[in-house]
Amino acid sequence: MSEKKLYSVTALFNTPDEISKAAEVITNEGYKNFDVNTPYPVHGLSSKMKLKPSTLGYFALALGLSGATIALLFMYWTMSIDYPMIIGGKPFFALPAFIPVTFEVTVLLASVGTVLVMLFLFFKLPNNSHPLHDTEYMKKVSNDKFGISIEAKDPKFNLEQIKELFASLGAEKIEEIYYDEEEINHKNKIFEPKFIAFLFVVAIVVAGGTYFTLNKLLYMSPFNFMLDQHRVDPQAKETIFQDGFGMRPPVEGTVARGFMPYLYQEDPEKAGMLLSNPLMATEENLKLGQNKYNTFCSPCHGYFGKGDSRLNGQFPNPPSLQSEKLIQWQDGRIYHVIQVGQNIMPSYAKQLTEKEKWAIVLYIRALQRALNAKEEDLK
Amino acid sequence: MSSEEIKIHYTKKELPSGFSRLGFILLIIGLILVVLSFITDYNRATQNSVIIFTFLTSISIGSLFLVALEYIAGAVWSVPFRRISEIISFIIFLIPIFALPALLNLHGVFHWSHQEAVANDKLLQVKAPYLNETFFIIRNIAIFLIWWLFYKFLTGNSRKQDSTYDQKLTTTNIKLSAAFMPIFGISLTIIAIDWLMSLEPHWFSTIFGVYYFAGTILSALACLTLMVLYLNEKGLLVKGLTKDHYYSLGALMFAFINFWAYIAFSQFMLIWYANLPEETFWFITRWQGGWSYLSYGLIFIHFVIPYAILLPQPAKMDPLRLKIAAVIILLAHFYDLYWLSMPSFSKDVVLFSWYEIAFPILAVGLFITIFSIKSKKINLVPIGDPKMKRALEFKL
Repeated sequence: MSEKKLYSVTALFNTPDEISKAAEVITNEGYKNFDVNTPYPVHGLSSKMKLKPSTLGYFALALGLSGATIALLFMYWTMSIDYPMIIGGKPFFALPAFIPVTFEVTVLLASVGTVLVMLFLFFKLPNNSHPLHDTEYMKKVSNDKFGISIEAKDPKFNLEQIKELFASLGAEKIEEIYYDEEEINHKNKIFEPKFIAFLFVVAIVVAGGTYFTLNKLLYMSPFNFMLDQHRVDPQAKETIFQDGFGMRPPVEGTVARGFMPYLYQEDPEKAGMLLSNPLMATEENLKLGQNKYNTFCSPCHGYFGKGDSRLNGQFPNPPSLQSEKLIQWQDGRIYHVIQVGQNIMPSYAKQLTEKEKWAIVLYIRALQRALNAKEEDLK
Repeated sequence: MSSEEIKIHYTKKELPSGFSRLGFILLIIGLILVVLSFITDYNRATQNSVIIFTFLTSISIGSLFLVALEYIAGAVWSVPFRRISEIISFIIFLIPIFALPALLNLHGVFHWSHQEAVANDKLLQVKAPYLNETFFIIRNIAIFLIWWLFYKFLTGNSRKQDSTYDQKLTTTNIKLSAAFMPIFGISLTIIAIDWLMSLEPHWFSTIFGVYYFAGTILSALACLTLMVLYLNEKGLLVKGLTKDHYYSLGALMFAFINFWAYIAFSQFMLIWYANLPEETFWFITRWQGGWSYLSYGLIFIHFVIPYAILLPQPAKMDPLRLKIAAVIILLAHFYDLYWLSMPSFSKDVVLFSWYEIAFPILAVGLFITIFSIKSKKINLVPIGDPKMKRALEFKL
């Protein structure tokens, strides 16, 4: 153990009035480095000691303002930019609705942050050792005595003078406090093995507790509530039907929403006679037809419908769409081929919508006319 | 405790003559302007009398509430100021004068008082059991009679104590205050509903009474603070008032600034969020045209500015900043009442000219005159109160 150094001279008093007077006298004597310890806050002491107002308030202000800013920016970003949602017909940035949250976050950050600032910046956690800790003096002033302690580093410090001063003020007990420099200046490491082990245990307990709560405890329901109903589950076996299927086929003749049944499956001639293209030859429709034709038809029929794709010669040759026969065909007849297929061409009913099929018909017509242009078309 | 022990040093002094003279001059100017306004535009003058009626009600009954609050809470620090609140609350006797123009001209102010309007309006028919002329007059007279009684007994006992030093009078007043509290709450809500909310008889807001209460207490506190600071600077109050007393007044004002903002925002947000047409139209009127500027202005003058002034700790101990805050709060309360009532009379245009200033001048003149007359006869400090000595030793 190293040599002990003098920290301060302390005096104990019996009443708050005595300590107030002592604090006043010592302040007026010009002592700077001294402190008063009382078992409870004594009114008016801070003004007698001429203490400067605490700067903690500025931290609270800064934290509160940043809380308000964070809350507002966060809500602005989530509600107005990242995932704008209309709620109750209000604007995306609905300030009145954000005010309560902003208020709460402001208060939360200001209060919690101020306590943390107080603990870590002002009280210097985790290194809060102080020469006065664990002394007889500290035990007394945290019980029923009022103490004052003048530090040795005070420029006016003089042991005998101070003892005399204390005695003249009527101090009950005057004491010198010594401290071990190494012990006091010892810096606690935050990441000690003990602390890491503690964190580890906490993590396991929290994770285990959460897992148990969420997955076990919450499902140990005293009542089944509505979880256990007699109902037909999808894909499940069911005894109430003779065939044992829970899911039933739709009634015969049911037409799905957005689906038009095709009536001329077996009758291409009738389709040619009765169907007509519902689309106008607008630029938009032709663009759509071109897009779909290039995607689905051109691999075999070629970009111009001449049947000259790269499949030509490797396969039963794809027919030309520019033949006299096809030019003579009705729109409905071409539509029928797209819908049902022909020879080795499969049906494209599943790949294309109603509109797209007719758009392709339009585009084929445009191709036919483009390659057989007459003189009057140039005008 | 004998009476000797609780006696304090207090010598009664006259108020400065300039103070009462100023009050008299303002009173005369105000009277002339008010008479002129009644001659030139009878309805508008009546509408303005409603604003000043509610304003003076705020200050006076709010002051009586502060007196009762002090008794019931056993507050010590505010004892030296209690007599000032008592004197201010004397105005309760004079407010009915400001209610007279509206009572004589009900049709010019209250839409629900028109028989033909009620006949064609289902909602007004349903509200008719409450909103009818007879019941309106009866309940208002009843409320003022009750208030007068409480004023008489509360302040009478307090004044008697000045000479008798009888501690039992404090006990009596505590009981009286306890009885006064619920009556005050209900009657103030009725006043708020009758004189401010029923100007727009189709509209309703369940928090309206609390809203008016917040303004009431705030303006009563501001008025008290202003008078305390003025009188203490002239040395008319007891010696020994410290910054700690000022701080308490400032802190209480600061708290009620927040309370007002909280209530005002609660009222607005619920109506805004629910978006029911029968409630929102009231705010829409105040959010259109020139009124929208006044609405935004209200947020600043009633909350942001006084809040910023009183936020730092030293501000609550600094007489100058306290005075500025108190004056702003009093202006803000008048502004608030103007904002509450005027758009009901003039939906599209913001009306503000000398008509609106005439009544406030009269009110300030009346206030000062009443204060100087009343303070001639009675002590400005309740010297007989058993808590007086402790109050002067009050430390934060």
